[in-house]
Amino acid sequence: MVAIREMPLKEFVLKGNAACAGCMDTLALRHALKALEGKVIQVVPACCTSVIQSLWPKSGLGVPILNTAFMAAAATASGVRAALKAKGREDVQVMVWAGDGGTFDIGIQALSGAFERRTDFLYVCYNNQVYSNTGTQRSGATPLYAQTTTTWYGKTEPEKMLDLVVAAHEPAYQATANAAYPRDLYEKFKRASEIHGPKFIHVLIPCPQAWNYPVELGVEIGKLAVETGYWILWERIGDKFKLSPQSKRFQDPAKRKPIEEFLKLQGRFSRLFKPKKDEKKIAELQAYVQHRWDVLMRTFT
Amino acid sequence: MKTLLMSANYAAARAIVSARVEVVAAYPITPATTVPEQIALLDEEGIYKGEFIRVESEHSAMFACIGASSTGARAFTATSSNGLLLMDEALHWAAAARLPIVLANINRSVSPPWNIHVTHDDSMSKRDTGWIQFYVASVDEFYHTIIQAFKVAEDERVLMPVMVSADGFVLSHTVSTFDYLEPEEVDEFLPPYKPPHWVMNPDNPVSHGNIVFPEYYQEFRYQMHEASKNALKVYEEVERDYKRLFGKYFGGPIDQYRCDDAEVVFTSQGTVGAEAIDAIDELRDEGYKVGAARVRMYRPFPVEPMRALASKVKAFASFDRGVSYGFGGHVANDIRAALYHSPYRPIVKSYIGGLGGRDVTVDDIKEIILDTVKAVESGEMGPEETWHDLLE
Repeated sequence: MVAIREMPLKEFVLKGNAACAGCMDTLALRHALKALEGKVIQVVPACCTSVIQSLWPKSGLGVPILNTAFMAAAATASGVRAALKAKGREDVQVMVWAGDGGTFDIGIQALSGAFERRTDFLYVCYNNQVYSNTGTQRSGATPLYAQTTTTWYGKTEPEKMLDLVVAAHEPAYQATANAAYPRDLYEKFKRASEIHGPKFIHVLIPCPQAWNYPVELGVEIGKLAVETGYWILWERIGDKFKLSPQSKRFQDPAKRKPIEEFLKLQGRFSRLFKPKKDEKKIAELQAYVQHRWDVLMRTFT
Repeated sequence: MKTLLMSANYAAARAIVSARVEVVAAYPITPATTVPEQIALLDEEGIYKGEFIRVESEHSAMFACIGASSTGARAFTATSSNGLLLMDEALHWAAAARLPIVLANINRSVSPPWNIHVTHDDSMSKRDTGWIQFYVASVDEFYHTIIQAFKVAEDERVLMPVMVSADGFVLSHTVSTFDYLEPEEVDEFLPPYKPPHWVMNPDNPVSHGNIVFPEYYQEFRYQMHEASKNALKVYEEVERDYKRLFGKYFGGPIDQYRCDDAEVVFTSQGTVGAEAIDAIDELRDEGYKVGAARVRMYRPFPVEPMRALASKVKAFASFDRGVSYGFGGHVANDIRAALYHSPYRPIVKSYIGGLGGRDVTVDDIKEIILDTVKAVESGEMGPEETWHDLLE
């Protein structure tokens, strides 16, 4: 595992960016761009990063950013890659940096098309499980019972298991990451940068605004997502699947913290605890944790 | 230059070879389909040297072009009707990003009901996207206008995308001779595209398209409007150069036929304008002082050339193969609007017809012109809008 001191000192997420206090997207992007050493053209559809990169005429990121329409990130990246190829430039990564709405929902067609065409690019979905940039509406990534501004009393369906959809495209590289584990995230981006073909990294991003927790708790909540077994860190090089060590230790359900510890810190799940604790719904979410493990291990091992 | 015999769509595919296009992204739709089909063949046989992305939708086709053009590549796509409509967001994006992409639109009716034949509603409904628009009337004109389109689009005074429209089937699938130019012959006219202001390059990172507040947004749009208007003058220069280099000239923004002493001028877009030449000849033989004006450039609207023409005539018989629902013929109304702020007040009668690919013959055109001649002679303007050949 890479030590923090071994990461490049050069920063690509610059001062003066327009991120919220406690933004975990910015934290993930910081380490991702260090891993890519800035040799990247970053395609950004409508999402929080459209704002975070700063307002014209300033730029808060030290890499070229091509903003594009909500559903068009992977298509735009296909064009960037084709242009680089036409110009004989092979030393540049093309990276989509898209939110969960732009990936799970409106952008999934373009994503599927670009992967089927075996486009040489890295698609990153930074997932805070909600349309947070438009004010916290439910997305296909919003978990069961999470309150949003379009599910005021809690969402009635669990999230889409997007990783399985992506896996069906047989990407050259696929991984999950979590902004609270920057060393693991850094290594996965490094690995992706050395592999040719369509690559997908799915990063969990706790969001103080949308998840409604104190801004200083982002890393703690991100870690709880892994320690409760809710978010599973793994990677797949071709069809070689590997649980990342941070999650491997929670493969045994007995070692996991109860899901309640992850839920209770977040205002979006407040109705599970107030006015009185809803044991049945919490148990459903607890069961979903194991369900995801079962589906993942059944599919990939 | 050598003569080839091909359909207009195949000629369009050849134009991207001649223009050394670097990235094509396209999706099938009738009747544009044979453009990407032919590009695929030229690609697989190594005649087309650029990249061809076989995308999964027209929306992605245009955004792939946007990605490519933003990275400094010359980019092209072709589509029709619903495909063009699906691109809507992308068309606005390409123009607002000031990317010199060229699109060949094969005009096709918009559904429902399904109809794969020509109506101009698809491209006419895109007139406010910022795209420069041309309408053509022959295979040769289609091929050469696509090459010219890159020159107009990439001019630093313009930097706007260009759409070249050809009538579905009537032109797209008509086989005719055209004068093909090898890429080496075109190089002097059309040097490699070098983005003058910004390009995606890690060696010089910039953000493109990030947020602009109300204090500046309007100025971006003003610049687009000015750039679009510049295209009129730039196109006149481009045609002059093209004529000098290749001996080819298609008549400027408004191609006029026997208009010099004409009292009534028939205006149209696309292939009807070619048909009109025979109608004018026959009516001239019958003693009528009539002419034809084919609106080749629709955006920017050629306001001054139209006023100059209006200063000489008593009436326009303006034919639209499309309709702005609730207001009427697109071009007829634009002609009226262009003349309002001028001293010229010819009668402008609007005729709508040929929709869904209905044939517009020489006799149809003569009938329309004579209806306007009657209005001039009688002093009775008659209806401001007539649906030609409308079933009871």
